[in-house]
Amino acid sequence: MVKMILIAIVAPLLAFSIGLSFMMIKRKVVARIQRRYGPTIIQPIFDIMKLLLKEDNISHGVIFSLGPIIAIAGSILSVFFIPIAGLNMLTGSGDLIALLYIMAIGSLGMALGAGDSANPNASIGISRALTLMFGYDLPLVIIVISVALQYHTTDLSAIVAAQANGHWALWSLPLSAIVGFVVTYGALGEHPFDIITAPHEVATGPMVEYGGKHLGFLMINHAFHLYVEIALFVDLFLGGASNIFIFYIKMFAVFFIMMMFDEVLPRFKIDDAVRFFWKWPTVVALISLIIVLVK
Amino acid sequence: MEKMTEEQVKSIANMLRKRSLWMIHYCTGCGAMELPPTMTSRYDMERFGLAPYVTSRQADILLITGYLNVKTLRRVITVYEQMLDPKYVIGFGSCTLNGGVYWDSYAVIKQLDRYIPADLYIAGCMPRPEAVISAFRHLMELIDSGKADGYKRYKRNLAYYKENQRKVLG
Ligand code: SF4
Repeated sequence: MVKMILIAIVAPLLAFSIGLSFMMIKRKVVARIQRRYGPTIIQPIFDIMKLLLKEDNISHGVIFSLGPIIAIAGSILSVFFIPIAGLNMLTGSGDLIALLYIMAIGSLGMALGAGDSANPNASIGISRALTLMFGYDLPLVIIVISVALQYHTTDLSAIVAAQANGHWALWSLPLSAIVGFVVTYGALGEHPFDIITAPHEVATGPMVEYGGKHLGFLMINHAFHLYVEIALFVDLFLGGASNIFIFYIKMFAVFFIMMMFDEVLPRFKIDDAVRFFWKWPTVVALISLIIVLVK
Repeated sequence: MEKMTEEQVKSIANMLRKRSLWMIHYCTGCGAMELPPTMTSRYDMERFGLAPYVTSRQADILLITGYLNVKTLRRVITVYEQMLDPKYVIGFGSCTLNGGVYWDSYAVIKQLDRYIPADLYIAGCMPRPEAVISAFRHLMELIDSGKADGYKRYKRNLAYYKENQRKVLG
């Protein structure tokens, strides 16, 4: 019991610090790719602190203020469903399918809150976010099915255990792994899938009316979001890890490759993004599913 | 542990605030042209924690880049009032100081400070990126010492500012 409570406190903190460290490193790496010096490494901490210290916090209604909190709650809940390094909190009681549903709570919370602000840019941003989710969820579900069929279970910790000693799903299901990478990448909303927040088109979309504390919470949520998406990919295809350092290294490797793509690509239109997701990743995921079924 | 006084809390808050300033640059005049080099790799203002942001709710600094005509003044005031405290205004270029080359124009606001409270001016037509960055550094010092209190002045002297605004906007 005590152990459970301890884990319940430690796991979100761990997830947050990993996500935050990614945000820090990203600012610096992006700067270097653009041949700039870049901010100090702890800049995101200053940003979050500044936002939380704002004197004014304008709210457009109860749901508007609740939106970021629902988003964070959803993210923290999904943290508990992802086994890391032997810490599997709720993975026994819920499985991969439940996790897929819970991961949507974050986006929905944001959509609810932003919708309450009644700003047209926010509405466009939300419709883009939900459309994009519609786009990448189809290949995501297909690869989750193929992984589940491969290991005959939908329990994430059992999937991780089955991949021990280097029998990664990356080697046994290479096509699914590639699709998983693309889907994770799309879910993180990096270029070319940064249609949701596109500052030049919809003025940061759902976040347009958020400022002060609320925006601070959304930045904290972003740290969790980064962690959840990448940790899921690592658990599904890179075999999880036996201790936290190896887990961090694997996550970092995935994130680093993503950053390299992020900085050199332009932006899709929303219809092109959905068309892309429903064309290549879906077809490749289906091929991979057929291979698993035939085997 | 002894309790921190309000002063100490404030000074810590200011120390954090000055390290992360997001600006919304309402590109009213030609001076806006100097901002792209300031933001991008040549002068890279992100080194100091400064970043361009797109909406008034998220921004801390309102940068008035150059001349303001009567039409844009209305929008600038809206943007300023939408921003969340603490907020700072920088007048960028001679036009915001005294009208600059438009000193005798009928459609241009001569002195920014009569309509919204400016914390700082950058002189020059147009100021080079070095001048812009040094102005930001100066603003950070002002914030640190608690002297950048334009938003408080605006609240205190609201009647004065509104009166001036009414005169030109009608
Ligand atoms: S100060 Fe010079 S550069 Fe700036 S807006 Fe006025 S005329 Fe243009």
